[in-house]
Amino acid sequence: MSAGAIRVRDLGKEFRIGSQRSNYKTIRETVVGLAAAPYRRLVRRGKSRPSGEKVWALKGVSFDVNAGEVVGVIGRNGAGKSTLLKILSRITEPTTGSAEIHGRVGSLLEVGTGFHEELTGRENLFLNGAILGMKRSEILRKFDEIVAFAEIDRFIDTPVKHYSTGMYLRLAFAVAAHLEPEILLVDEVLAVGDVAFQKKCLGKMEDVAKLGRTVLLVSHNMAAVRSLCTRGIVLDAGGLAISGDIGSCVETYFKMIGAFQESSDASAGRTGSAGFGKVSLSGRASKTSNTIHQSEPCEVSTLFRVGTDTAGFQIVCIVEDMQGRIVFRIGHDSQALGLSPVTIGEYELKLTIPALWLNAGLYSLHFRAFLWGDRSSPRYDSDKVPLDVTGGHSEVDSILHPEASWMMVPVVESAVK
Amino acid sequence: MSAVAVPEIRHEVPVIHIRPSKGWASLRLDEVWAYRELLYFLIWRDVKVRYKQTVLGAAWAVLQPLMTMVVFTIFFGRLANVGSDGLPYPIFSYAGLLSWTFFADGINKSSQSLVSSSNLVRKIYFPRLVIPGSSVLSGLVDFGVAFVFMFGLMAYYRVWPTMTVLAMPLLLLLLVSATMGVGLWLAALNVEYRDVRYVVPFFVQLWLFVTPVIYPASKVSAKLAEMGLPAWIYGLNPMAGVVEGFRWSLLGRGPKPGSVLLVSVLVTVFLLVSGAFYFRRMERTFADVV
Repeated sequence: MSAGAIRVRDLGKEFRIGSQRSNYKTIRETVVGLAAAPYRRLVRRGKSRPSGEKVWALKGVSFDVNAGEVVGVIGRNGAGKSTLLKILSRITEPTTGSAEIHGRVGSLLEVGTGFHEELTGRENLFLNGAILGMKRSEILRKFDEIVAFAEIDRFIDTPVKHYSTGMYLRLAFAVAAHLEPEILLVDEVLAVGDVAFQKKCLGKMEDVAKLGRTVLLVSHNMAAVRSLCTRGIVLDAGGLAISGDIGSCVETYFKMIGAFQESSDASAGRTGSAGFGKVSLSGRASKTSNTIHQSEPCEVSTLFRVGTDTAGFQIVCIVEDMQGRIVFRIGHDSQALGLSPVTIGEYELKLTIPALWLNAGLYSLHFRAFLWGDRSSPRYDSDKVPLDVTGGHSEVDSILHPEASWMMVPVVESAVK
Repeated sequence: MSAVAVPEIRHEVPVIHIRPSKGWASLRLDEVWAYRELLYFLIWRDVKVRYKQTVLGAAWAVLQPLMTMVVFTIFFGRLANVGSDGLPYPIFSYAGLLSWTFFADGINKSSQSLVSSSNLVRKIYFPRLVIPGSSVLSGLVDFGVAFVFMFGLMAYYRVWPTMTVLAMPLLLLLLVSATMGVGLWLAALNVEYRDVRYVVPFFVQLWLFVTPVIYPASKVSAKLAEMGLPAWIYGLNPMAGVVEGFRWSLLGRGPKPGSVLLVSVLVTVFLLVSGAFYFRRMERTFADVV
């Protein structure tokens, strides 16, 4: 299982940028261009080429993927994720570097590629299967399974132009989900359909992963990436930012998009009227910082510095999920903490949060302080630090995932009498 | 899904090497062969979609050359009296239109094929030769229908096929090759230069007039001889050899195609081979440009 499946070395892709029009030439432009070339060379001599004409969508990317690994490719828009997948699926050629793939590749960059509105579900199923590289015999064998998965059996002989968006997507994904290559390259497929369908897709992807296939998955759905992938690759501006276990990759990504940005107050804290030091966070059992199991209490500590005379202050601890929803917001004031009056200096703050049974995933935690009677700059924020919760996970977007005890016994018939 | 999924052991693991290619690439026809099912499905889609929601369906395949034949017969056959090597003009022109219609439709469709399947080109890997290939080959269905009608027409005019009809498969191969050769060039050029789409219809129209569809090739060779030029020059237009060859093979009368056909075969081979290589060379940028 540890055999290399994908080997990427120094991969790069350069694109011409500009308006859509300049991507293709007209014959007139080429003829004029040829005629004007010697002249332009004279004029341009000594001047550098205008910058911004070409851009590296991907540059110097190297990594290895072992057989059976499910790797999440994450990064912001324009980081080069799709370009990477397109090169690996051989849709486009790299400008530099090389890649080696061991095994049959199935790529799924879009669901429903090649679907034709006028054709029926059945006809499209065969056509799309062939486009994705399935043999006719293979499609025939899986036909019933695909139709059942798509839940469209009644409409299989209806032209797809009469399908609802949901039916269309279900059929398209169903075909793709029944591909059986050794290496599967998937781009943002999970972003389609309603929640129930997304859940079904995720379930199917999990099955694929369990079968020991190698999967490279591009997605913006971090919850999905975390639950499906074992490893991650983070791309930033065309380069490889990090590659490693999926937890730290997702964290890096969230840092990149500013979910854990260092607050401007934290650096100013040394000189301003108040400020926080570094926030550290740990569970009882976990050795790695910032990672706790959903069933254990968590300890948070930081330094709070007061740089001016004040009657008192209030401190709030805020935990948010990655969609920015507030999970909780708890506050305490200096009087209740037994600090009265408050003198200039540093205070150590310790907070114990009980077991919360949060749905496994990534959250962010930060502190906020308000000084009493301070009108100019009423609030001070600490850095946002990641709170990585492990344990049970439900794919549907919920905040809590408590461990309940379940019981079920048959009702005894005679009791009714 | 199943708990008993045992990963099967494959002894032969294909290895794909991806690196920037330079210069002229090989044609990799083995890969096109591996994707023959896709080629089949694309042809099937083209045919199916074309006749869905049309009232007359496959009758269009006959109507197009038939109506053209009627117009040609009235204006060129009767009014202009261009001559037809002693054959009834309707059957003379229909025999010419049979191959011409396939050629004209084939290059029209294949020149647009890559651009109109840009969604496939940008999202899926497969040998791109399949796309213009299926556009050209799907024309064979229409050709078949029109061909059957040809025999009806021959029976009506009491022109019976002779042994020369045995040359038909080879001539059909020549027709497909010529169409493919020109189609590949135009398809690849159209991705890079979008003017091609405006040029093609015009270009096809002009090409019709330099091809012996309306008039017999004998008129051209007579004129060439008058000017002291060899007759084979006319064969530089590959369709000249194809159309004359078709007429000779089907109707069994008229001049035997000689040097003109030979030169047309050579030009066709040249167009097909160069077109395929040019297409392969341009292929690597299709997904970025289309």
